[in-house]
Amino acid sequence: MTAPVERAGTTTPAERPETTALAKGGAAPDGPVRRWQGSAGFAAVFTAVAVLALVAAPLLLEPFRLGLLAKYLCYAIVALGIGLAWGQGGMLTLGQGVFFGLGGYAMGMYLKLNDAGGDLPDFMVWSGVEELPALWKPFGNPVFALAMVVVLPVGVALLLGTLVFRQRVRGAYFAILTQALAAALVILLVGQQGLTGGTNGLTNFFDFFGHDVAAEETQRGLYLIVAAVLGVLYLGARQLVRSRFGRLLLAVRDGEERVRFLGYDPAVVKTLTFAISAGMAGIAGALFVPVVGIISPALLGVVPSIELVVAVAVGGRFALAGAVLGAVVMGYARTYFSEELPDAWLYLQGALFVLVMTLAPKGLAGLAAGLVRRREARA
Amino acid sequence: MSETLLEVRGLEVAFGGFRALDGVDLTVGRGELRFLIGPNGAGKTTLIDVITGLTKPTAGSVRFGGHDLVGRREHEIVRLGVGRTFQTSVVFEELTVLENLDLAASFRRPLWSLLRRRRGVSEEVAAALETTGLADLAGSRAGVLSHGQRQWLEIGMLIVQRPRLLLLDEPVAGMAQDERERTGELLTEIARDHTVVVVEHDMDFLRRYASRVTVLHEGKVLTEGSVDQVRADPRVQEIYLGRAREGAEDAVR
Repeated sequence: MTAPVERAGTTTPAERPETTALAKGGAAPDGPVRRWQGSAGFAAVFTAVAVLALVAAPLLLEPFRLGLLAKYLCYAIVALGIGLAWGQGGMLTLGQGVFFGLGGYAMGMYLKLNDAGGDLPDFMVWSGVEELPALWKPFGNPVFALAMVVVLPVGVALLLGTLVFRQRVRGAYFAILTQALAAALVILLVGQQGLTGGTNGLTNFFDFFGHDVAAEETQRGLYLIVAAVLGVLYLGARQLVRSRFGRLLLAVRDGEERVRFLGYDPAVVKTLTFAISAGMAGIAGALFVPVVGIISPALLGVVPSIELVVAVAVGGRFALAGAVLGAVVMGYARTYFSEELPDAWLYLQGALFVLVMTLAPKGLAGLAAGLVRRREARA
Repeated sequence: MSETLLEVRGLEVAFGGFRALDGVDLTVGRGELRFLIGPNGAGKTTLIDVITGLTKPTAGSVRFGGHDLVGRREHEIVRLGVGRTFQTSVVFEELTVLENLDLAASFRRPLWSLLRRRRGVSEEVAAALETTGLADLAGSRAGVLSHGQRQWLEIGMLIVQRPRLLLLDEPVAGMAQDERERTGELLTEIARDHTVVVVEHDMDFLRRYASRVTVLHEGKVLTEGSVDQVRADPRVQEIYLGRAREGAEDAVR
């Protein structure tokens, strides 16, 4: 065997390759799906999607449409995290907007300070603030600000997870708690006009690391960055799901009590996963700010948080690709219906959610897998 | 008797006004195969729940290999070497048989090493597949297993953890005759190099596989001894076999 021998904590089991009997057994019950998910098939599909996203889309889409796609891909990064926490880990988080917002505000604060060039950011002047608040000062440093994009959401999630999961809070109670957190953050942001820009949030950005943020090339570059980040995070999440940790996460989702009696602490597994999903949302928020040009309380409250969960459900929460797909599809659907039938969108979204939950609980990804299985069964 | 592994003293558990355990003393020596019997509600499962940290006792102590178990969290007790199964077997249905065993076997690995994918099958897991007779089903989802196979998988998941004490809660309940025999053989095999405590209702199973028996009744230890001694005890006949006369099917099965 070419792979390095894994070392266990106290025991060092010599591992041997799977015998043919085991491998044969593995292919028997759900062969087609396994084969489709097999590394060769996956590499082909992933490469095709990557070429489409990184080469075809920038060439074919006009700048406005490319900007929209960049926005959807930012949401897709959040959705990926939700897929991990909810689909794989069973933690229904209705407050990912909090982490999205923390990442977004960290980026926004840096951009505002950079634009102000030593003066006060414009909105502070309008609010009558005379001196830069202490909270803002370190965000003038781009390295600090970029670090905070990940550190803040992950830190909050680790703290919350440690407090909550150890006490065995879960299910609807956890969902309500995260939702309350989103509501609380919005109230906090709106109330601190001088510190946060209040309801308007942070906007009117000009410079993005030496580039005009509104320029077509900058936007195209930003799109490519968003797409690449999504791709890398997707591969990372996929690796996580397929690792032993991923198996453990599924086990925690399906039988938390039983996992305890295997000698694992489910609270640790859940807290880590929740923190990873929070980190993804933070990165998405930070990318969102230069792409869309604003971060405000309306973008990270209860409603946007739930909309993303709905998108993940529609796409298929049990597959990471389903979560990503859901965010993009629902993003497009939202734009289309907002342009054509602005009043109908909210009802449509609700109806779609109900339909998916009742008729296809595994979402679009589940339907697709079913089609593949049926076709292979016929062949 | 050999060196003491598990020592339970004056254990009391009250659920509201009901005393599930009322001063239980129990000593299990290293390497022993001990059966725990008693009518429904005698406190057998509660006793196991307390030992494994699922239920907090109102009084009393549980000492295991020099450690006090009361007040510890469940996974910490497992890490000290106490493993258990449940009456209704719980395996992870979405995972394959092999993955279930591998997950159980990996519990002492440092967390970061779990981020790697499993490659191949460790010797312990392969051995457990053989012992439990599940080798042919290694790649199947655990959700498709029969009731008996699930129980064996659970026992397999225990063995790969190399516990110093195994607590099996009614391993043959609901099993067909051939499955019971297979489980009995499995039990005999495991007992050869493990300390095992088995909670069991089934008198026939008891007669065939038990050596030492502890009888619980209404939250107290009624008596303790060999199968023959216990069966000859008039008090045991009164609570156990006496009932059998009233409803033969129910108690003796």
